[in-house]
Parts: sequence; C-alpha cells; structure tokens
Amino acid sequence: MLGLNKKDLKLLLIVAVLAILAPFILNPFPEDSAMAQFNAGYPDLMQRFVIFGIFAIGFNILFGLTGYLSFGHAAFLGVGSYAAIWMMKLLTMNVIPAIMLSVLFAGLFSLIVGWISLRRSGIYFAILTLAFAQMSYSLAYSVLTPITGGETGLQPKVTDPRILDGTLPQGETARANIFGLEMNSSYDLIVGGWLFTFNVGYYIAAIAMLASFYVAIRIFRSPFGTMLRAVKSNQTRMYYTGLNAKPYTLAAFVISGMYAGLAGGLLVAMDTQAGAERMFWTASGEVVLMTILGGAGTLIGPVLGAGLIKYMENILSKINKDILHQWFAFLPDGLEDFIITIVYPFIGKGWHLTLGLIFMGVVIFLPGGLVEGGQRIARLFRGKKAKESDSDKSTQSTPAE
Amino acid sequence: MSKTNLTRRGVLKTSAIAGAGLAVPTIFTASSASAFTNEPMGSTVTLGFNVPQSGPYADEGADELRAYELAVEHLNGGGDGGMMNTFSSKELQGNGILGKKVEYVTGDTQTKSDAARASAKSMIEKDGAIMITGGSSSGVAVAVQALCQEAGVIFMAGLTHSNDTTGKDRKANGFRHFFNSYMSGAALAPVLAAEYGTDRKAYHLTADYNWGYTTEEAVRASTEALGWETVNAVKTPLTATDFSAYITPVLQSGADTLVLNHYGGNMVNSLTNAVQFGLRDKQVNGKDFQIVVPLYSRLMARGAGANVKGIFGSTNWHWSLQDEGSKAFVKSFGEKYGFPPSQAAHTTYVQTLLYADAVQRAGSFAPCAVAEALEDYEFDGLGNGPTLYRADDHQCFKDVLVVKGKENPQSEFDLLEIVEVTPVEQVTYPPDHPQMGGADATLGTCNNGA
Repeated sequence: MLGLNKKDLKLLLIVAVLAILAPFILNPFPEDSAMAQFNAGYPDLMQRFVIFGIFAIGFNILFGLTGYLSFGHAAFLGVGSYAAIWMMKLLTMNVIPAIMLSVLFAGLFSLIVGWISLRRSGIYFAILTLAFAQMSYSLAYSVLTPITGGETGLQPKVTDPRILDGTLPQGETARANIFGLEMNSSYDLIVGGWLFTFNVGYYIAAIAMLASFYVAIRIFRSPFGTMLRAVKSNQTRMYYTGLNAKPYTLAAFVISGMYAGLAGGLLVAMDTQAGAERMFWTASGEVVLMTILGGAGTLIGPVLGAGLIKYMENILSKINKDILHQWFAFLPDGLEDFIITIVYPFIGKGWHLTLGLIFMGVVIFLPGGLVEGGQRIARLFRGKKAKESDSDKSTQSTPAE
Repeated sequence: MSKTNLTRRGVLKTSAIAGAGLAVPTIFTASSASAFTNEPMGSTVTLGFNVPQSGPYADEGADELRAYELAVEHLNGGGDGGMMNTFSSKELQGNGILGKKVEYVTGDTQTKSDAARASAKSMIEKDGAIMITGGSSSGVAVAVQALCQEAGVIFMAGLTHSNDTTGKDRKANGFRHFFNSYMSGAALAPVLAAEYGTDRKAYHLTADYNWGYTTEEAVRASTEALGWETVNAVKTPLTATDFSAYITPVLQSGADTLVLNHYGGNMVNSLTNAVQFGLRDKQVNGKDFQIVVPLYSRLMARGAGANVKGIFGSTNWHWSLQDEGSKAFVKSFGEKYGFPPSQAAHTTYVQTLLYADAVQRAGSFAPCAVAEALEDYEFDGLGNGPTLYRADDHQCFKDVLVVKGKENPQSEFDLLEIVEVTPVEQVTYPPDHPQMGGADATLGTCNNGA
C-alpha cells in the first residue's frame, strides 16, 4: 500500500498512531500529582516534538544517507520562518500560503548554499555550511534589521496590510489560522484527574510530519536513495564508474533544506514570531545532536532524538530547587540537602550537562543511537540473536567490484 | 511507559472526540467555563518567572530569581515583608494575592526569543501561570510580551531597556517598570554638559542590534540638543570581544568623548580596551578625553574593574539609595542572600509587588481588570520615589539615577556612586514621541484570553 513494503507500512502506521494519540501518551500522570511535572502533553511542546521531528528527518536525508555533515541547517529553518511571517504580514494569516512559501524560499536558499558548499566534502563542507549559517544569522541580527526585525524579530501587527484578510474587527489581534480555525484553539478533555489537550496546531503539524515521514521513507527506498548511500560509502568509486555525484548530493541538500524550511514555516504557524536566534550555530548543532542521538541513517531515529532533546529542554530545565525540596521532603534534613546538592547540577539550568552525559553515553555505548538501543532491548525480549535484516541497515548493499 | 493501556483507552476516547470535534467546530474556540486564561480556581495562584539561567545574562537572571523568591515569600507573609511595609498602597496583607497562596514556576529564557517563548508557553499551557515576568534583554521582552498578549495573560517586564518594549512594540497586556534608552539619554545629557561642557565632539560605538540603536539615537538626540556634535557613530558586532580595531580610529577622528552604547560583556571589553589604549589620559581639542556608558549595571562595573572609575552612566536603581523603600529592600535581600541586590533584582521584585497589588485592588485576576488597575496608577515607597504607571504606553515614569564609577570602592558591590537623581519631569516624553514609534504605536486592546 502507498508504494511501501509491509515493514515500512507498519512503521508509518505506528508513527501515525503515536502522533494521533500523543495527547494521551504524553500526559500519563494526573494533573495534581507530583509526577505531573513530567507531563509533556501540552500544545506547545507537542508541536515542537513534531516540528523538530520534521527538521531532523530532513537533516537525516542529507547526513544519514550521503554522509555530508551540514553544520548550517538552522539557516534554512530561519529563512523558512522569515518567509512565513512575511507571508502572514503581507498576504493572509492563513497558514497554508505561509508554509508553502517557507518551503520554497528555504529550497531556493539551500540551492545557492548547496551549489557553493558541495564543491568540497568532509570537514570543509561542514565549515562552509557553518560559515553560511553564521553569516545569515549575523545579517539577520543586524544589517538586515529592516527585513528581519533584528534582535526583536518579527511579529504580526494590527497595522499589517494582510491583503486577503480584510480589516480586523476593532480590538482583535491577528491570529494564525487555517480557514478560520485558529492554530492555538484546543479542546480540553478532563477524565478523572487527567487532562488531555487536543490542539488544532498540533494536529496540523502532525499531519505535516506524517507526510514528511512518508516522503522520507520513499526517498530511503528509492533508487535515488540508493545512489545517495553510494555517495556515502565511496564517492571516488562512483566517479570511476562514470557517475557524477554532485547532482545527487545537491538534490539531497535541497530536499533537506526544504524540510528545514517546512519546519521553520510550521514554527511560525504555531507561534507567530520569527527571530534571528533560530539561525544561530547552536541551533544547527542541535539538529546534528538530534539525528545522532536518535540514530543517523535510520528512519525513526531523528524523530526520537528530536523528542528527547526537546523534552529535556522544556521539562528538565523547569525543575528548580523548590521542587526538589518537595520531592525529597520525606528524607531527614541533612540527607535531603545532600541529595539535592548532588541532583541540582543536573536539572534546571544544568539540563545541558545531563544532555551532554546522555549524548556521550549514546555515542560510546550505542553508536546506532536510540534506535540501536531499542533494537537491543527488542532482541533481548525475543530471546534470540537472529540478526534480522533490519529495515534500515539491510539496504546497504555491498558495492560490486 | 504503559503504552498499551493508554492506547487502548485512548482509541475509544479519540474517536468519540474526533466525532464531536468535527460535528461542532465551535467547541474548539470557547473551551472552558473560566472567564479568562488560567483563572485560578483552587487556593493557590501560579506566577511564571521566566529568566535567563544560562547564556550571557545568566548572572542577572540569577539575581532576578532571588528577588522573585523574596517577593513570593513576602507576599505569602514570610520574612520581614520588605518593601510591602513602605509601599504607598496598603492592600497587600501578607496572605497571598486575594487570599490565594502564591506559588511559582521558573523557566530558562537562555536570552533567546524562541527559548523564552517556549518556556513562557509551557508556563501558560502546562502550569497554568496567570502572569509571566522576567527577562534580561529587550528582544526577549518584546517576544514574550507579544506572546502574553496573544494568550491573554499579564506580562510584567524585567530588565529591558530598549525603547521598543513600551515604544513601537508596546502591548496592552505588557507593563514595564524599568527605565528606557530615552530616559537614559535625557538624564545623562545635562549632567554631561555640566561636567564636560557643551562643545564636545562625541564618537559613538554602538552594539549592532536593536537596543544599541535606540540607545545611540536617544543619547545623540539629547546631547546634540545641548550643543554637542556627533563626529561618527560606528556599529560593532554583538559578538565582538576585542574592540581595539574600533578604538584606534576614535583618536584620529578629532572626537574628545567616546560613548559606548554597549551592555554586559560588550561594555566590559570595549571599556577595558579604551582604557588600555590610554584614551582617558589623552588631551583632544584642549580638553581631557572622556568616556560615557549610557546604561550601567553592577555586574558590568564588576567585570570592568578599576576601569569604571569616574565614568558616567545611568541606572534604574542602586542599593545605596537612602529612602525607606530601598533600605527595607536591601535589608531583607541582604539578610536572605548575604549581599545587596542589583537593579535587575529590584525591578523584578517591584514588578511582582505591583502586580499583586493591582490584582488586590481590582479584586480579580482577570488581565483586563489588572491592567485597568495598573494604568495611570501612582505609587511611592518602592525605591524610586513617586512613580506613575502611564496608561498610554504602560511605562513607569520615575526619577532616573545618573551614576559614576566610584574612585575608592569599599567592596565588590560598592562600585558606583550616585551623582544626580534626575527628576521625573526631565525624562518624561509624550507617548507618541518619534523614538517611541511615533503616532503608529498603539497598545491595542487588552486580552483576557479564553
């Protein structure tokens, strides 16, 4: 079905079910329990999960398949965001044209950057993309302030033209919507102590994520995807057989740039604001982390990595000393303070430290990322060592001599 | 995670909801019975403290958080009550806000608009925060303020000095107690003219971002009005750490005064470079060369060390002020943490009290009622003398301090001395001032949310 084999279809269906039921899965704890701190089922974070999932899926098409490590992907995310917000300011608050234009602009920009950067490979390619991204960031932050809003960024204003929308009623603010249905409207379902939020914006983003995921599967399984893997395994050999790798790598670069643009457009659609920080090199680094953490070259890995990082950034960073004191209040005073002193550096502002430790652990012990971890556990449960031809690795065929 | 259980139950629920949702789309917009976003139902009320805990302004953020914790303690009746005792309004009883115990959640803005908005959104959507406050940069303040406007909660700005926060980007749900670039310029210029004469030639080095632009504009306008001439204004990259390349041309330009529109680490580095180049020992146009720093903070003064001695600047508040409010605040902050508070701590503490007091006076947590209570509200006893929260742009108008780097500091906190307290009349401007976005700038209407 859908041009997928059974295994891929199963994976797509699992992802779809997870995405649809996310409001339940991410809110496993009752609202007033102490564990509610760990609930992640609120609209903003759910949106971020899927949007950064898209970003990472796109990045993985470049990095996972061709092995080209781009250190400047956040630039495309930023270009997409700016395109989307300008569309909303000038044309309409409907998110569809905004998202389409963000993909288009990010695609064009990545074509230029890719055209130049792909003249080199390896570390030089990484440095070139990094340079482009930092350049875009600096331009957006200062020189291009009239277009980008500089430090303060861009937001829709009441006074914007919005040609297609007509004038707002007095006292209304412009809100992102899809044919009148507002992105931030949600339906709260209260069952016992549990609160589940179904948010329009989240489901729009989730649909986009599923579509992106499907396209990614098709790319992975296509002859084009095989060609990209050939680039990764031995580019020189490709040249010797008379194949020019450049069009393939450039296409992969542009596709992943468009994915980033889509993510940028969706970010704006969910939260109508665009700022230069999202192009900063740390943002580019983050998507590399996501992909490697989840498992580069696998289909589901980048989505898991994105989820883990965003979860830590938003949940772990909000645990403060006060909450720790509540948790450990049952311990005797001296012990309580001692435990808090030990735990404190790893939570709140220390979440980077925890993330770093997890990253080190994954890279050292699970080079295949979280996906490999999952596979090992699954194998443990199955109790057999059958090296099943896993969907993602089997396709790496041995090159013919 | 017991995934299977949830999924099975979930399938039933979602299908029911999906059906209902499709049938009645309006159900999405008006979701619940509460009159406004996050109406506090129980015996507690949650405030959101959104401060930079990592990144370049982490020190300021940490001090802001200390002040917030102190304010919450005082509001709930703990400690010595601090400025609640000196505040001109006596509505606050030390029993929380409207009898509800104050609780708080914290978040890390990382001094990035995106992260700050994500953190504020999680406070609103997940933790049910009724008010968001904090921030240590104007970009973040403007971004979070717009978010709060959309979501229908009150935003009480922390340390943000750019004109835009209550200028072109002002919002009906946002309020700023801190002063701004215009006020810095207006307060500094007369002192500079009196000290250095009215025929100075100024050279500006400006941090290349929004706050830098508004500060340069404000200082130029005020000093030029008093007869100074601006020889040149050069933008420096925000990420620059070595300013020597920018300092050398200053001497050849014929300027006799250097204005550093820099903040934080930028200012520490540029001032250090300028002093190392011996600028302050030079004679130009028959006058001693001088350096001015429009916005001072204690943390910057500490970073620049001995280089700040004798250098003029402005600040919102300083712990050495001798009014009752300041003394009470310094005392309770000092007793709790062991050192005097910074201006960032002061403004965030005051904002929290002002919010609580406004809710108390309005008798409601509804953002529009609170905004109405704050608008054109006059108060005293919070450290800056008589202060007005102007209704037109939600900016506080109060005296501004012109300070100077102390020649003989007694401790690492005692680095600035107050030269003059510029009266509020001198720094007041019309709400449609060109530097504040002109006639186009509007607050819009206040938003109570769903």
